[in-house]
Parts: sequence; C-alpha cells; structure tokens
Amino acid sequence: MGSPATGASTWRLLVVTVIILTALAVLPRFVEIYQTQLLTYGLVFAIAALGFNLLLGYTGLLSFGHSAYFGAGAYAVAFIVRDLGVQSMELCILGGLAATILIAALFGFVCVRHTRIFFGILTLALSQVLWSLAFKFFWVTGGTDGIRVASAKLTLYGGLINFAGPGAFQRFVYAYYYYVLALFAVSTVIMWVIVHSPFGKALQAIRDNEVRARFVGISVQRYRWIAFMISGAFTGLAGILWVPLNGLTTPDILYWPFSGEIVFMSVLGGFRTFTGPIVGAVVFNYLKTYAVASTEYWQLLLGLVLVILVMALPTGIVGTVARMTSKLRGRI
Amino acid sequence: MNLLETVNLKRYFGDTRAVDDVNLTIADGEFISLVGPNGAGKTSLCNVVSGLLTSDSGKIIFKGHDVTHAAVTARVRAGIARSFQLVNLFDDLSAFDNVALAVFSREGKIRNMAALAHLDHDVIVEADNVLGQFGLAGKRNETARDLAQGERKLLDVALAYALRPKLLFLDEPTSGVSTRDKGQIMDTIASVVRGEGITAVIIEHDMDVVFKYSNRIVVMHQGAILAQGTPDAIRNNDQVAMILLGSSGPDAFTRKD
Ligand SMILES: Nc1ncnc2c1ncn2[C@@H]1O[C@H](COP(=O)(O)OP(=O)(O)OP(=O)(O)O)[C@@H](O)[C@H]1O
Ligand SMILES: [Mg+2]
Repeated sequence: MGSPATGASTWRLLVVTVIILTALAVLPRFVEIYQTQLLTYGLVFAIAALGFNLLLGYTGLLSFGHSAYFGAGAYAVAFIVRDLGVQSMELCILGGLAATILIAALFGFVCVRHTRIFFGILTLALSQVLWSLAFKFFWVTGGTDGIRVASAKLTLYGGLINFAGPGAFQRFVYAYYYYVLALFAVSTVIMWVIVHSPFGKALQAIRDNEVRARFVGISVQRYRWIAFMISGAFTGLAGILWVPLNGLTTPDILYWPFSGEIVFMSVLGGFRTFTGPIVGAVVFNYLKTYAVASTEYWQLLLGLVLVILVMALPTGIVGTVARMTSKLRGRI
Repeated sequence: MNLLETVNLKRYFGDTRAVDDVNLTIADGEFISLVGPNGAGKTSLCNVVSGLLTSDSGKIIFKGHDVTHAAVTARVRAGIARSFQLVNLFDDLSAFDNVALAVFSREGKIRNMAALAHLDHDVIVEADNVLGQFGLAGKRNETARDLAQGERKLLDVALAYALRPKLLFLDEPTSGVSTRDKGQIMDTIASVVRGEGITAVIIEHDMDVVFKYSNRIVVMHQGAILAQGTPDAIRNNDQVAMILLGSSGPDAFTRKD
C-alpha cells in the first residue's frame, strides 16, 4: 500500500492476471480430459487454501481444523441435493455458503478467544466433532460410504446447462472446469480486495502486534472472528464445488489429515504471499495425484517430497521465485 | 471541566504498590511531565489509565464519563492515546502503513473491506502529513523493523498522535535515543502536540527536558504522587530533589558538567 509505483504495479498485476486466466481458459483445448479434471481439483483446493491463508498469512492464526468448513460446504450440498431435490448448482452454493458461515461463526466465536497453539488445538477439536458426527450418524450422512451427488442431476447457470443425454460426462468436465475457473477468479479478486482493504490492513496489524492494534482502536477479537467467518466461507465454497467433481462426499474431508493438507498447500506455496497458497494448492494436488498413482506407499513418497521441498524452499514456491526474480532484476 | 480525573486509583502487584491511591486531575491543554525514579509507577499509572492494565480500585473519569472498566478500544475512541516505553509497532508493515492504520481507525474507515486502502486519497495525504511532521517522510516505505531506534521511537509517537487524541500519554519518548537527537525529538513532539491543542502527559527522566517543555510536573514515588506543581516550584522542592537525585540543595537540578 502506498508505494509510489502503486499505479504501475497495479497495472502489471492486472496484465499478469489476465495472461494467467487466458492461459487457464485455453488450456483444456491442448490437454487430455483427465488433465482438465485434475486442474479443476487444483483450482478448488486453491480456493480452500486462499480462505485458509486469510487466517494464517494475514491474521496470524494457524487453523488445524479447516477440513470442518470444506466438509460443511460439501455435506450441505449433498443434503440439499439429496433431501431437497435441488438441481441448480447456484442454489447449492447459496445454501452451502449459508451453512458454512453459520458453522464458522459458531466455531470461530469459540476459537478466536485464544491464539497460537490453543487456537490451533481448538480448531482441530471442533473439526473432529463434525467428523465424528458425520461418522456416527450414518443414517443421515451415509457413514463411511458418504453421500453420492451425481453430476448428471445438476444444472449450471440457473438451468442453462444440464448434463442429460449422450456425452454428458465430457460436457460436464469441460463446463464444470470453466464454472470453477470463473468462481476461482471471482474468489481471488474478492480475497485480493479484502487483504488490501483497510480491514485487511487491520488484520495484518493484529498479526504483527495485537496489543498495539487495540491501541489504534481495532477490536481484535471481533476482527479475528470476522476473518474466521470469511476464511471459513472461502474454504466452504471450495468444499461445495468439490462435491459434483468428486461425485461423492465422505467423512475423509472432515478428518484432520485433510486439514493438514490445507495447511501444507499454503506453506508449500508460501503463506507470506498472496498467491502462495494458490500455487501451493495446485502443485500439491499434482504431487499427491501422481504419488498415489505411482506407488502403493504414496504417503511415504509424498511425505518425503514435501519435506524436501519445504526444507529447500523455506519461503515457499512463490517466495523463492519472487526472491530469484528480484535478484535477476538486480543484475540487469 | 477536567479532561481526566483519577479517584483513589490503585493497582498492586502482590506487595508492590505500583499505583497507590492516585488522585490526579488534568485540565484541557496542559503539557504535563510525569517524573519519578525507576519503579515509581509512572508506566503503571499510564497503563491503568489507557486500559492496558485493570485497576484494583478507584475510578477513572474522562471527559465526565467513567471509563474505569471501558475496553481499550472504547478509550481510544473516546480520545485517549498512548505511546510505549518499549517500542511497540507493526514491525512487518511499512512506516506509512503503521500510521495509515491509525488514520483509517480515527476516520472510522478501518472496518471497510470493500475498498482498496492504497487508493484512499484522504488517508494517504493525512498519513504522509503525519510522517512529515515527525521527519519520517523519507522512510515511509521502509518496514518498521528496519528503522533506526530513534526513528522507531518517533514512529511509535506518530502512531499515537495520528489518532488525534484529546489526551496523549508518551512513555519516555526519547529513551534509547542519542542525546543529540533527544532535543530534536522533543521539539518535534512539543510543537506537534501544542499545535493541535492536544493535552499531553510525558513520562521523562531527563530533567532538562522536563523543565523546558512542561507547564506542570507530577512527581511519583512508590506508586503515589509525591508532589506536583510548576517547573519552578518543583525545581525548588528539596524533597523532590532528594527522591530524584539523591541530593538536595538549590542547585540540585543544574547540570554538574
Ligand atoms: N506486570 C507487572 N508485574 C509485576 N510487577 C510490575 C509489573 N509492572 C510493573 N511492576 C512493578 O511495579 C512498580 C512500578 O513499575 P513501573 O514500570 O510502573 O515504574 P516506572 O515508574 O515506569 O519505572 P521506569 O522509570 O523504570 O520505567 C515496579 O516495582 C515494577 O517492578
Ligand atoms: Mg516506565
């Protein structure tokens, strides 16, 4: 904020964004359908990590329970489709967001009373409560079998696009890719505005120095709570979008290892940068997918790769790239 | 009407009487120095009045309202601001962002999440203005952590001042700063504060500074107010000289170098 080159850097940012979005938009023409699917997953997780990082990177709160909001969004969609017979994806998003924000408001209210490890433990504990509910109330949630959500039953853009008839699967993959891409773009812009707004600056102030933040008039707990709800809403949106893609929601996405994956995506990409979690989520998704495909011991392989990456790139992928480019620029 | 009034204010730490039955009244527009030996309770009094510490008993009346149990943010909104003895900044943010936060807060814009902070022209002008007043214009884009000690001290004061408070507590604004810079910092602070008609309470050890700038001096000792009065009255108070310097006599406060 406020650097003399603000105008110029905003333009540069805009140009880079347009180039990346254009590249993402034309990509499906050049790759096989499986790659398009894979990238859709990556973008969904990117939205989740983007939400998560509002807390970690900007507010200084490490949540170990973001599976709760991803899962809340996912299960809400499953219920809405199964029990209310809703077909419109937009209605699913609205309903899912309402449910997620409600849960994030409730959990956040409890958690933001604490910081550091206590905050982390509380978020973890509350997410485990949701997980055990999904697990135990199997007559509602389907237990470990989860709930099926057939993409063929859904419509996009208020019913303009449906997936009945021949070639439905292919049409769904491509249509849904652009749907997720659009929501990813909108989410990124909204989040970018939030972190560059006065409110976003206030969150960073809280992260840096909670006491002083109070002495410039910032109600620390309330701001943390609002940030928590926004964060949960973004991660919830990711969960909502994930369901039709996966065709099924299971308790796995409420379980703590998935929270860990969200943390990992952000750290891998670099939680000190805005784009880090986005890059981290997409990369993590590829790493995990190929690890699972290549060996039975994929957890071990993935773990090793991740440990090496984090040790080699302590500021994350984006942080490292940024440092290298500024070094190169210095040389020119 | 008094701007601030403390009534039998107390704060103990175990057996330590950090603030012991303090009755202090401050009128609008005063420039007060709060002095006393190390551990006298100056910072503690400031902490209790600003809300960092709760009081054990007593009352704090600000502008006629009882703020004894008010939250820090409520006191800030009412017009009480403070700087810190140990520099207390947003270390990862630029000098500009540090001050801009205070400006956003004062203008009631800090909750806004739908506008870009770096496009708010009013706030930019105002924040740059404050930085300029404290001689920090050239450092606006530097991260607070990277500033020199004297600059950090000034930024700490600027952050409190940018809230345009009614009552400003400055806890040793020149400690840890070279003697050469001290006078300049105090000149800056005094002119800025006077220019805005802000009522200021400065905690300060350097008696030259205290005599030069304040129109009332409050002396604390062991948590209580030992004496108060004009610089001249304090200068001639033997008991105060004993407490502050461990020596008495008419020339106790004159430099011996
Ligand atoms: N948080 C605390 N816990 C325990 N004792 C404290 C605390 N804060 C202050 N004290 C004690 O209260 C007394 C007053 O301390 P205070 O910091 O207010 O003094 P001061 O006048 O500001 O001194 P200095 O000039 O050294 O800054 C001291 O004896 C100090 O040790
Ligand atoms: Mg002190």
